[in-house]
Formats: sequence, structure tokens, C-alpha cells
Amino acid sequence: MHSITFDIAHMLAGSLVLVSFLQLYQDRLSALLNMFALHAFVLAASVAWQAYAQDAPHLYITAVIALIFKAIVIPLALRRIVIKLGIHREIENVFGVGLAMLLGIGLVALSMVVMLRVTSGADPLAREDLAFALAVVLLGLLMMVTRRNAVSQVVGFMSLENGLVLAATGAKGMPLVVEISIAFSVLIAFIVIGIFLFRIRERFDTVDMQAMDRFREEQR
Amino acid sequence: MSIGALEGVLLIPALSAALLAVLPGYKLTSRLNMAAAFFTFAIAVSLFIVEPASGRYLLVDDLNKVFIVLTTFVAFTTSAFSASYIGHEIETGRLKPAHVRFYHAMYQVLMFAMNLALTANNIGLMWVAIELATLTTVLMVGLYRTHEALEAAWKYFILGSVGIALALFGTILIYMAAQPVIGEGPDAMVWTILMTQAARFDPDLLNVAFVFLLLGYGTKVGLAPLHAWLPDAHAEGPTPISAVLSGLLLNVALYALLRFKMLLALNPASIAPGPLMVTMGLISAVFAAFMLYKRRDIKRMFAYSSIEHMGIIVFAFGMGGPLANFAGLLHMTMHSLTKSAIFFAVGHIAQIKGTQRIADISGLTVTHPVLGWGLVAGVVAIAGLPPMGIFMSEFLVVSSTFARAPYLVVILVIAILVALGALFLKLNTIAFGEPRGSTAPAQASYVPMFAHLAIVFAAGIYMPEALVTGFQNVARLLG
Repeated sequence: MHSITFDIAHMLAGSLVLVSFLQLYQDRLSALLNMFALHAFVLAASVAWQAYAQDAPHLYITAVIALIFKAIVIPLALRRIVIKLGIHREIENVFGVGLAMLLGIGLVALSMVVMLRVTSGADPLAREDLAFALAVVLLGLLMMVTRRNAVSQVVGFMSLENGLVLAATGAKGMPLVVEISIAFSVLIAFIVIGIFLFRIRERFDTVDMQAMDRFREEQR
Repeated sequence: MSIGALEGVLLIPALSAALLAVLPGYKLTSRLNMAAAFFTFAIAVSLFIVEPASGRYLLVDDLNKVFIVLTTFVAFTTSAFSASYIGHEIETGRLKPAHVRFYHAMYQVLMFAMNLALTANNIGLMWVAIELATLTTVLMVGLYRTHEALEAAWKYFILGSVGIALALFGTILIYMAAQPVIGEGPDAMVWTILMTQAARFDPDLLNVAFVFLLLGYGTKVGLAPLHAWLPDAHAEGPTPISAVLSGLLLNVALYALLRFKMLLALNPASIAPGPLMVTMGLISAVFAAFMLYKRRDIKRMFAYSSIEHMGIIVFAFGMGGPLANFAGLLHMTMHSLTKSAIFFAVGHIAQIKGTQRIADISGLTVTHPVLGWGLVAGVVAIAGLPPMGIFMSEFLVVSSTFARAPYLVVILVIAILVALGALFLKLNTIAFGEPRGSTAPAQASYVPMFAHLAIVFAAGIYMPEALVTGFQNVARLLG
């Protein structure tokens, strides 16, 4: 059962969780974007390995999308925006790194306990993948909560979405995986970069979500 | 695959979206928008006359027929309201013609997405459709490009995406549960196949999946504590979109939840989804009822009222059983009609007064009697006073569940009464008292508003036999 195929898949999925942790404590936006590129790269490797292990060639498409789009295009585009806005050095966490890491460890433990228990009947490869995927999803959520900056919230959302792609590829023979990953990529490309960041820039001269919250406070 | 009524409710919006995206002139396009919505509604009604067979991709049964007809009807009346609303926005220069073209195309894309979510026979397809509906509404909420509108759209986008992401995780888990029984491939995501095999699925996986689906789609239903996007999105977007959001999109997300609830009900070893839904429903109703008191923005206030009513509806469905399901279904229908009627009135009021602040709106029944009394009738209905339909459905919710859970129902009744107090407190200054603000005559079409109110009134007095049996069938189906 514990063949080399399984071990490699295990290692790649585990690395994805590890990179999620790395993202959690980056305190500069440019470093965070590098970490995200790494995250997407590991995802691409993991998906490609699943494609090979499951003998499912369509998953290679998902892997290529992850590699080109998420590991190269998006980080580069975000970097340009960040430098243009002059915020590549700053990042504010809502609470300290230590606490965020502790919460992250708790979330990973939670996802292991939940997923490994309920999937006892399932195929071990899918099972591990699902547990790791949930951990990545929860860490992505944690990042969205602990960051105030719109760009880092988007990065959090994208790493959350990487977790979903991992889960979808782990579920053997799941249809629509390629379609879903394309849909997500289009979503991120159009909405996030195209419209929001530019509009926010135009209207606010800041992408700090706290500044945006102030507008609402005044209005109340 | 031949083109039947089911494909029709998808094709018409899709084609008209493409057409409206290129046509200039808001007068023409708003009429075309209405015509497209009307034809979709007519075809939806035909589902009741000739029921097409469910295919591999699309399905039709008693449950989604009700949802489709309600959705297409409110979409049609809202498009009529939208025509006069948009005309005013163009005149005052708040919207540019290019924005209107975009708006109309998006309106039809939204209709397409909602109808697809309601007819999809595949849990993945349904998820994609709800995602598409979320995205189009995000774009429409941000239409005015003001600080507040962008902030609301951003918040909606982020929270909606997280909800949608959690729902996808739940969907994957459902597939994982189905795959060992049904086998790999698309079959394990088809509703009609899932329903026949559900008893053999792994119950633990189903339980976890439902928790994710409840959190994910629950965000879209606007259940507390996941509701944070809802008031902002309602307050800052164009008013026709507030009407569609409250009246329809919340229902579509609810429909997804109900389908998964039915799936779990077929598996005896899995948890009962009811108590989870009852809890979230009650929390939403109570929370929103108290929040109503502090609202200063008229659209925000009615958005909180929507949270309250979605709470009541989810409570009723969570309790389950033929009677409570019947009550929940009736309440959902009545709420959709009433709340969109209220937003029609509020849209015109905000246009006349040039503000949404409740403090700046006063004495409407004196200056604009038709609009003012229309709003009064709507608020009387939404607060649950007789003889309107919501009184009847709320009465049914309470009476059908009282014997089973008296304590919970007492909490629910308190929430309803608290909300009633808040609504009348605000209505008092809005509708009566010294007139304040602009008294310019309204250029409004009152037909959609009064059509809705008339239906709600009629339902409070007398329900046709056919409607009752129809709803009873659906209630039985929901278990």
C-alpha cells in the first residue's frame, strides 16, 4: 500500500501545508507573493503527480494552469500592482505571528482529526489528500482573517482555492475538476486584479481595508 | 437533446444577455429586458402544464418547479420596476449609458445563473451556477462606483467567495461519499442518481459534507453569523438588485441547502440536518430582529428584515414534517413577493428624496400618497399582520411547530414581535409626520409593487386549492 507513488503524493501535499505556514508569517507583501508563487508551484507538482498516479491525463491541464497562471502570471501581476502602490514593504497582521502560528497548528490538527476519522473507508491516497486539503483551506481562511490588506486577503483566498483544487484532484475520477480550476482562475484574474484593485486605487488611494471600513462607520 | 421548456428557461436569458450587451439605448434595452424576463416566466409556467422528463444535466420535479416559477415571476416584475428606475438614474446622471448596457446584460446573466442552479441535475453544475450568480451580483452591487458601493461589493465578493469555496469542499466530500457506491465519474454527482443510492453512502462523510455545505450555502442565504455581506450589498447596489437579491438569490441558495438536506434524510445513519438548521435559523431571526432598531438607512433596514425572514424560513424547514415544510415554503414565497414589493417602493422613495437616510425621509403618505401607502401596506405585510399572506405563513410556522418545540417557538415569536415593533417605529416617521425632503412627483410605475401586494393580500384571504395541493406535494417531498 505504501508504495513510492503514495509517498511522493504524500510529500507534495504535505509541502503544500508547509508553504501555507510559510505564508502565514511573512511580514512583507513582496515576500508573501514569493511564497504564494511557491505554493502554486507545489500545487502544480502535486496535481501533476496525481495525474500520473491516477492515470488521468486531463489533470495535467489543471497542473499546467496552476503552474503558468498561479505560479507565474498572478504573482507577477500582483507584484507590479504592489510596487506601483508603494506598499511592497508593508503588511500588518491583526495579531502577532506567534498566535497566528499556534492557531494554524490547531487548525491543521483539527483537519487531521476530522478528515482522517470520517474517511476511514476511503482510498488512503484520497484520504491523506483530503486531510491536507482541508488544512490548506483552513490556513487560507486564517490568513484572510489575520490580514487587513486587500492584496494579502486575495493571496489568502487564492491559497484557500489551491487547497480546494488539491481536494478535487485527490477525489478519484471527479468530473469538472479542470472546469472548476479554470473557472476559479478566470474569476481571480478578472475580478480581483482587473476591477477591484484598480477601482480601489482610483477611489481610495489605499488598499487598506481599515480605511475602507472607516467610510462605513462615518455613514452610520 | 431537443429543446424543451427546461432548456428554454436557460436559453432565453443567455441569448438575451448576449443581445443586451451590444444593443445601445436604455429605452429599447430595458423593454427587451422585460420581454425576455416575461418569456422566461411564461415558459416556466408551462413546466406545470407539460412536465418535461429530467435529463442527465437538467432535472425537473415538484420542488424546483415552485422555485423556478417564483424566480422567473419576480424577475419579470423586477425588470418592469427596473425599467422606470433606470430611466430615472439616467436622467439624474447617476448611471451612464454604458453602465446600463452592462447592467441589463448582467441582469439576464443572473437570471440564467439562477435558473441553472435551480434546474441543474449535477451538484457540480449547481455549484458553478451559484458561483456565477454571486459574481454577477458582485459586479452589479459595485455598479455606482462610489466608496460605499465598492466597499460593499468587495465585502460581498470576499465573504461570498469564502462561502462558495466551503460549499465546493462540501460538494467534493459528497462526491467522495458517493464514489465507492456509484463508481468513478460524472454519475456520482448527478442528483437523480445520488438520491436513489444515498442510503448506502458513508454517513460520516455525509455529515462532514453537510456542515461545509451549510456554512457555505448558508453564507449565501444570509444566516447569522455569516450574514455580514448582506446589508451592505443591499444598501449600496441599485435597488432592483436589492429586490432580486432578497427575493430570489437567497432562495436559490436555500434551494441548494434543501436538496442536500433531502439527500441526508435518505441516509438513516447520518445526522439529522434539522437541528443545525433550526439553530442557525433562530439565531438569525433573533439577531436580525434586534438589529432592526438601530438602522438609519432604509435599504439596510429591509436587508436586516430579510435576514430575519430567512431565519424563520430555515427554522421551518429545519423542523421538517409536512406541515412545517408547507409553512416554510409558503413563507418563502410570501417573503419574496413582499420584500421585492417593498424594495420597489423604497427604490422610488430614495430616488425622489435623493437619500436613503431614514431621518431625511418623512411624511410620505402626505406628499406621495400612492407610494407612501404602498410602503405602509408592504411593511404591514412584512411585519406579519393580518390579513396579509405573511401573517398566515408565520402563523402556520408557529402552530405547526409549537407542539414539538414550545421553547424554541416562543423565542421565534419574540423575534417576530421585536421585529414588528422596530418596523413600525421606523415606518411611523417615514410614512407619517411632517413632510421632509423633496416633494417632486414620482415618475414611477406602481404596477409591479401593487401586483405583488395584491397577491400577498389574496393569499392571506384565500389560497386556491391547486396551489395548496401543489405546496403539499413539495412539502411531502422535503420530508
